[in-house]
Amino acid sequence: MLGEGILKGLVETARNFFGSFVSKDRLTTVQFPEERLPQPEAARNFPFLVYDGDNWQAGMRCVACQICEKECPPKCIFIEKSSDKKPDYTGKQQFYPAVFNIDVSVCMSCQICVEVCPFDAIEMDNAFELSTTDRFGGLLWNREQLAKPNSYFHKIHPATATEIDERLAAAKAKAEAKAKPGADGGASTTPQPDPPPAAN
Amino acid sequence: MTDTIDQIFVLLKHWLVAHSPVWVQPLFSSVLSAAAILVVFASLFAVTTILERKGLGRFQNRYGPNRVGPFGLLQPLADGLKSLIKEDIVPHSADGAVHMLAPVALVVAAFLGYAVLPLGRNMTAINLDAGLLYFFAAGSVVELTIFMAGWSSRNKYSLLGAMRAIAQMISYEIPLILSTITVVMAAGALSTVAIVESQFGYSGIWPHWFVFTPWGFAGFVLFMIAGIAESNRSPFDLPEGESEIIAGYFVEYSGFKFALFFLGEYIGMFAICGLAITLFLGGWTAPFSFLAWVPSYFWFFAKLLVLIAMLIWIRSTLPRLRMDQLMNFA
Amino acid sequence: MISMTTPPNQEMHEGLVADGGQDELLEIALGPHHPSTHGVFRMDVVLDGERVVKLKPVFGYLHRNHEKIAESASYLASMPYTDRLDYICSLTNNWAYALAVEKLAGLQVPERAEYIRVITAELTRLVNHTATIGFLTQEMGASGTPLMYAFREREKILDLFESLTGSRMMCNYMRFGGCRVELPAGWLEQTKKVVKDFPRFLDEYEQLLTGNEIFMARAQGVGVLKKDLAINAGITGPMLRASGVNYDIRKVDKYGIYDRFDFKIPLGEHGDVYDRYMVRMLEMRESLKILNQALRDLPQGPIMDPKAKIRGFRPKPGESYGRIEAPKGELGFYLISDGSPNPFRYRVRPPSLINLTVLEDMCRGYSIADTIVIFGTVDIVLGEVDR
Repeated sequence: MLGEGILKGLVETARNFFGSFVSKDRLTTVQFPEERLPQPEAARNFPFLVYDGDNWQAGMRCVACQICEKECPPKCIFIEKSSDKKPDYTGKQQFYPAVFNIDVSVCMSCQICVEVCPFDAIEMDNAFELSTTDRFGGLLWNREQLAKPNSYFHKIHPATATEIDERLAAAKAKAEAKAKPGADGGASTTPQPDPPPAAN
Repeated sequence: MTDTIDQIFVLLKHWLVAHSPVWVQPLFSSVLSAAAILVVFASLFAVTTILERKGLGRFQNRYGPNRVGPFGLLQPLADGLKSLIKEDIVPHSADGAVHMLAPVALVVAAFLGYAVLPLGRNMTAINLDAGLLYFFAAGSVVELTIFMAGWSSRNKYSLLGAMRAIAQMISYEIPLILSTITVVMAAGALSTVAIVESQFGYSGIWPHWFVFTPWGFAGFVLFMIAGIAESNRSPFDLPEGESEIIAGYFVEYSGFKFALFFLGEYIGMFAICGLAITLFLGGWTAPFSFLAWVPSYFWFFAKLLVLIAMLIWIRSTLPRLRMDQLMNFA
Repeated sequence: MISMTTPPNQEMHEGLVADGGQDELLEIALGPHHPSTHGVFRMDVVLDGERVVKLKPVFGYLHRNHEKIAESASYLASMPYTDRLDYICSLTNNWAYALAVEKLAGLQVPERAEYIRVITAELTRLVNHTATIGFLTQEMGASGTPLMYAFREREKILDLFESLTGSRMMCNYMRFGGCRVELPAGWLEQTKKVVKDFPRFLDEYEQLLTGNEIFMARAQGVGVLKKDLAINAGITGPMLRASGVNYDIRKVDKYGIYDRFDFKIPLGEHGDVYDRYMVRMLEMRESLKILNQALRDLPQGPIMDPKAKIRGFRPKPGESYGRIEAPKGELGFYLISDGSPNPFRYRVRPPSLINLTVLEDMCRGYSIADTIVIFGTVDIVLGEVDR
């Protein structure tokens, strides 16, 4: 019959029209910014530096090895090593970044810096409302702006953060067991105090 | 009581006219009718824009506009305000007077057709004996204004668009008029009021509308298709929606004049729908005999809204016909 | 939208005579700002009345020096850049590049990774074809309704990509020797649900479009591409198969593990717009078949070649060409290595660009409105054309 295809098409759109009042499947709009969809665990947008504890300078995991700077495809990371050292989570003395800048307008969220970091110091944040009115300084984030606590990391990527914490705790326990004298045999579970810096 | 509600606007008008000086009464009466039509259909235009956008949105699995006012109902206000405060750009080499006149003429010509539409019992602005002919004559003026718009813009492409629009509208005039012949023959009169009267009466509860007769139904389908083509709506909106190459014959218009074009097009669409209701769907008569107590103007506007909803439905579904296919189809 | 300031291009008019005796050939530029070109793309068209007499595509507005950048970046660093070539189908781009590098360095991909690659590639094919058909109807004038339906379904697949790779579009998921991360918990169930619901959407979509008389009138007989011209011009992908040539790299090369799956190749007869649309619809159904089989047979195991290195990757000197059946055609990567961490030469064979070369032959004689529709079925993405 002439026009049958058109009539079938009309039936299809009518089905969507009436369906949009009854089923969520046919009205998929989410009224942002009042409603937000939850982001999956893996979502990534912009990197941040993780620090353990409350003091971002003392607890920062980054040791300024500059691997992420080398591997970054658009070269948006700029690192300057410090001249002195500070203890990391196992107590070993490490350098730390005196300057750590990432250019927000250059970063393409590829996550390669996270992949290659041997210290789990840089991870991907999933906050995307990063707009600013300052076109130059506002888009170049220094290490203070990039530093976020481990508790925040747990909030946005719980499974990954838990796995990293376990790994780091195991590494710390191993390092402490090696630092103790052999007579103890590892029976003591209380951690030894860190050796004073002057001893190094 | 129901009669009073039914005739309330007529009684109101008679009361107002009776309270004015005798020498101005005929003029005042016509002015009142014209003002009533303008107000009613212009507000119907505002309502239709929001209905169309929300309806189109629902067809496409999304909300329509819903930020301005509750459920977005104040959107037409926002659109009207925006079109008023936009800068009015007139091309340097355009023909200024014709350029200014075209949208105004379009709106005037579009409104002229309403004079013979019976909006309710005893509610026709003018009861002409050849009302139907007058309607088509007024409708043809619209085509002239479109050409004025295209020509005055001094733009090769808007002229092309205007010529296509006119070709389309002229070629669809013939099926439009021919499809009404059956109605005229059945009713035996050209006056719109007489045509509505010939659709009175109910057999059981079913009305005697022309659309329920086989020839009337064919006529109705033909009339609606030709009507959609006449008012440049999708799927026949090549002259205006031709975003492939030209924005149509009103590409050089901005701001309020564009809004007037938009208004004129929708008013034309309402007029054609109104005529379809008068000719085929029984005008202001009720669909079932037991509902005859509901006021007549209510039925007219209810049927008008149903037809508008159908047009929105068709618009959201069908792709556009190409120009040559369009002409072949005519 | 239309450039009226370019003067008539003499070189374009050479050798052209208008039909019907008028010497009035209209030249317009369907310019870079255009609602219906899939990106910044210009077509210089010479019209005789309504008919197209000559058409010259002009591109390069999106050139980003991808190949030159790859010469100074390491192999791994080029991987996120390949996402941005054909930005709708990032996972197939990644796979083609990974394939080329694996050939170069002689890496072996474990089975689970191969299955995951097939699953993501076929999901990408669904994503691409729905978008193409949606945009095709939009260009024909159906005011966005089929497009919105297509995008509603695409969203479900993009959510899958986000939970797997972290990003909806720029996935950066394949690595040399396997895949980057393991499937998260619950991803398989989610994917199976999406694949189960998809045929219903395809049926509804076909009901809206396939029998529609207006759609058929605008699509049948329009933009015919003959078989021998398609073969001579190096066309690949759904365009080639719509012209009747049975050439699908998944069956020819059997890269990855495609030889284990049972699927058919839809072929068209006339090579017009309608055939290209139908080939894409049928290909989507075949992809669903492959997905069902792959999801059923997915084995456990590692997802990376244990010998593959992330950092300090230096393949031996040599050259390789890795190609896959991307949703748009044959996407190939040609690499020359001289033993250093950066490739010596990195070349992309973009299917969109090569399919564009026959645009003029397809559009000659049709009207302007048809040109836009034909252009829609060539299915280009400017990121790939311009790199």
